[in-house]
Formats: sequence, structure tokens, C-alpha cells
Amino acid sequence: MRYFIAFIYFFLYAPILLIVALSFNSGRQAFVWKGISTEWYGKAFSNPLITEALTTSLTIALSTAFLSAIFGTLLALGLERVKGWLRVLFDVLTYTAIMVPGIVIGISTLIAFVTLFDLVNPTLEAAMGWRLQMGTWAVIAAHVLFNIAVVALLVRARLQGMDRSLIEASEDLYATPAGTFVQIVLPLLAPAILAGFLLAFTFSFEDFIIAYFVAGPDVTLPIYVFSSIRRGVTPEINAVGTIVLLSSLLLLIVAQWVLRRGEKPVN
Amino acid sequence: MNDKQHSRAVTVALLAPAGVFFFFLLVLPMVVVLVFSFGERAPAGGYAPAFTFDNYLNLPARGKAFFNTLTLAPLGTLLTAIIAFPVAYYLAVRVHPKWRVTMLVLIMAPFWTSQLLRYYAWMMILGSKGIPSWLALLGFGDIRLINTPWAVLIGAVYGFLPLMVPPIYVSLEKLDKRLLEASADLGATPVATFLQITLPLAIPGVATGSMLVFILLMGDFILPQYLGGGKVFFIGNALVDLFLQSRNWPYGAAVSVALVLIMLATIYFYMRFILSRGDRRRAVLV
Repeated sequence: MRYFIAFIYFFLYAPILLIVALSFNSGRQAFVWKGISTEWYGKAFSNPLITEALTTSLTIALSTAFLSAIFGTLLALGLERVKGWLRVLFDVLTYTAIMVPGIVIGISTLIAFVTLFDLVNPTLEAAMGWRLQMGTWAVIAAHVLFNIAVVALLVRARLQGMDRSLIEASEDLYATPAGTFVQIVLPLLAPAILAGFLLAFTFSFEDFIIAYFVAGPDVTLPIYVFSSIRRGVTPEINAVGTIVLLSSLLLLIVAQWVLRRGEKPVN
Repeated sequence: MNDKQHSRAVTVALLAPAGVFFFFLLVLPMVVVLVFSFGERAPAGGYAPAFTFDNYLNLPARGKAFFNTLTLAPLGTLLTAIIAFPVAYYLAVRVHPKWRVTMLVLIMAPFWTSQLLRYYAWMMILGSKGIPSWLALLGFGDIRLINTPWAVLIGAVYGFLPLMVPPIYVSLEKLDKRLLEASADLGATPVATFLQITLPLAIPGVATGSMLVFILLMGDFILPQYLGGGKVFFIGNALVDLFLQSRNWPYGAAVSVALVLIMLATIYFYMRFILSRGDRRRAVLV
């Protein structure tokens, strides 16, 4: 058993260690070892294509995380207040948003919007001199769709486990509904919202499949990695991968720490 | 404005943003795909209005992609669950509580690094200069791994183990160790204890993890492209080809509709099966 577990950790980390090790390769070809050097880290950061892709990816991931955390929480709160067909409709939509594969979301969004743009662009161009096209905004919109559903499910699970007597106590003490929400409900929901925010951020930052279809002329980091793998990998890409790995590990540790602190008062 | 109207306005305001996203990015695109799937390919590529079932009747032309996806995705999910189970069990039951979360985070961490780069690393490891060349040194000549279904399955387990372990871990962590002791005291063999106590309790976790992995595998095209080469391709690869290369949108739309229908049907029957089994077990336990 012990050996099996050790093997599993080795299995999970061997390819990652390979990427990290090869990012220090001084040769031009990523997988032919020439000697140790850190020059590729410098090159990666002075490559405008990489810094631009990184900026695009961070913009998309941060916007997605904020919008999904807010709208997903609103959805979970709204669902508590409705019954009947409206409830069933939103439940079905929430689960469908999670179950439809990313590739289908990407493709259907692409063809729906491109068709729509072909219809309205001639008028728009004549009237205002600009046209609609796919791009960063479409990636954010498609990511928010999936993550609204994820955040809503997380927040709803938290809402259901919430102690109702706290809300009643607050009302008995003449707090306004808004006051009760800000002082009681929101702090209790915070860990779930934060977890949803982080999930949305990592999902969005890592996503290649949806972005590949709807990003139009814009290039995200995964799209850049994909096209450079096609051209032949240089240690530069391994260096970028290593930096991303270290930052996600850091983020994960911080998230763990914050979540643990958040859990305590509730128990 | 009276109280009731006010309350209704709040509800609408809460649901409106999500409703807008659901409509414009889920319902509308799905309707467009459904409409397109009955259309014809325009001469220059794209969509031309028509009403024909030809695209659906033509689905068998991509039968190989459907066959590969429908065998390797469930198989990959099953294999991942089988390997994830002992890992989750070990973490939840054997590891000292102080180290549990850290070890679980270490299982999940690889998922947050570039999927593309990790599969690329596997391309090197399974390629002719990787494992096969070491095996050749040991006397096992002529073993090919890359571009075989085996490579895709290894990639599936590698890629999705980080998603499968946590839900199983969560359901096993709640397991009351006294149940195991009681079972042993009553003369049950370890195998019987495992089958009658541990496994039924873990079913919700296994179900959640399997569903997550299955959904992601069914729509994947990077894994088959990198590790299956041109030989082991999925529906996802067919879709990329149909929408971005050959630009046969109506046919691609029909393939998408078929994929979504297969997924929904599979998940529906799977959940029903899991729920009925779970209930029966619970009834037996009570």
C-alpha cells in the first residue's frame, strides 16, 4: 500500500519535474540537454508575445472570477426565494451549464455569435463605424456561464447548512433585511464565495478548449503554449510553465490557509 | 410599492444576471446549434438554411470517433476511479490527520499547472526516446506506447486523478472507524467489511468524481491529439476538424447535438443506477 501511494505521487510529479528541469536547459531545443542556465527565464519575460498573453489570461481569469462570484452568489440567493416552474427552470439551466462539455459551449457560442455579428455588423459599421468581433470579452462571457453555476452550487450548499436562528435573532433585534444580509448572511457565505472565486480563477486561467474557439484574434497563455508546442518547444515555454506552476502552488497554499481560517468560527 | 412587489423586485434582480448569461451563452447557442444541425454546408463553408436529416444520417461517417470516445472515456473514468480509490482510502484512513490536507493538496496541485505542457511531457516520456527505449535496454524490443489507446488511458488517469481523489476522500473521511471495528468484531473478513461498509459509504464520492471526470473526458481533444496522435481520436477532434478546418458547420452541429444527447442520457442513467443502489444499501444498513 505504502509503495503504491509513493508510486502515485511519483507518477503525478515526474512529468512536472521534467518540465521544471528542462526550463534550466541552456540548449535551444527543449528536450535535448545542453547544460544548466537560467537565460530562458529572462528571455521569457522579455518576449512581448508571452507577457501580452499572460496579461490577457490574467485579465480574463480575474474578470471571470469576480463576475462569477457575484452573479453566482446572487443566483444562489435568488433560488432560495422562488418555487415552482421558475425554480425548476433555473435548476435545470444551472446543471446543464455544468454538464455540457466545454468544447460544445465553445463551438455553439462561436457559431451563434458569428452568425449574429454577420447580421448586425453591416448596419453597425454604416452607422457607427465599428464592428463586433470575437475576443477576450467572449472568453470571459463563456467562462462566467460555467462558473456562475459552480459558485451557485457551492453557495447553495453553504446556505442549506446555515443556522436559521441567527437570521431570526437578527430580525428580532430590529435589523433591516439589508443589515441582516451584510452582517450575518454574507460573512457566513464568505468561505463558499471565496472557494468559488478561486475555482473560477484557476479554471479560467487554465482553460484552453473554450478560449481556442471564441478568443478570435486575442491570444491567451494556453493558446500561446498550444501554438508554440506546434512549432516545437523551446525551454522558454518550460520556464513559463514553471513560473505558472509556482504561482498556482502559492495561490493554493494561500487559499488553503484562508479557507481554514474561514471555517473555524462556523464550527 | 408594497412589500410583495418589493420582494418580487429583489428576486428578479437576484436572478436576472445569471438569467442573461444562461440565455445568451447556453440557450441561444444551443438553439442555433440545433437549427444548424438540420441545415446544409454553404459552398464556401459555414451554414446554409435547409431542412434535412442528412447530417444525422451521416453520423456513422464519424463512427470511429464516437466509438473511441464511448469506449475510452468510460474506461478511462473507471481506471481513474480504481486507482484513485486506494489513494483516497489511504489519505482518509491511514495518514495522520495532521498531514491529510497537505497530502490531498499535493494530489490536486498538478491539475492547476498547464494541462498542455503536462501532456506534452507525457508525449516525450511515452515517445520512442522515452520509456520504450529504456525497455529496449532491458530486452523488450519494439514496444510502442505513444499513439495507442494505452497512451490515451495513461493520460486520462494522469490528467484526472487530481479531480477523482478529493470527492472520494471527502466521503471516506466521514467514515466512522468504529463501524469497521464492529464489523471485524462480528466476525466479518476484511473483504466483507470493505464490500459491506467502506464501499457503500464511498459511493456518493465515487459517483461525483466519476461524473466530473467523465464529462471532461467526453469533451476532450487535447489528450487524444497529443497522446493518441492522429490514430486515437475523439469526438472533440472531429469537432475541431469540422468547425475550424473543413468548416462543415451543419454536420459539426449534428455531431455536437449527438454528443450532448449521449452525455445527458449516460449521466441520467448513471445517476439513477447509483441512487437506486445507494438507497438499497441504506435500507439494508438500517
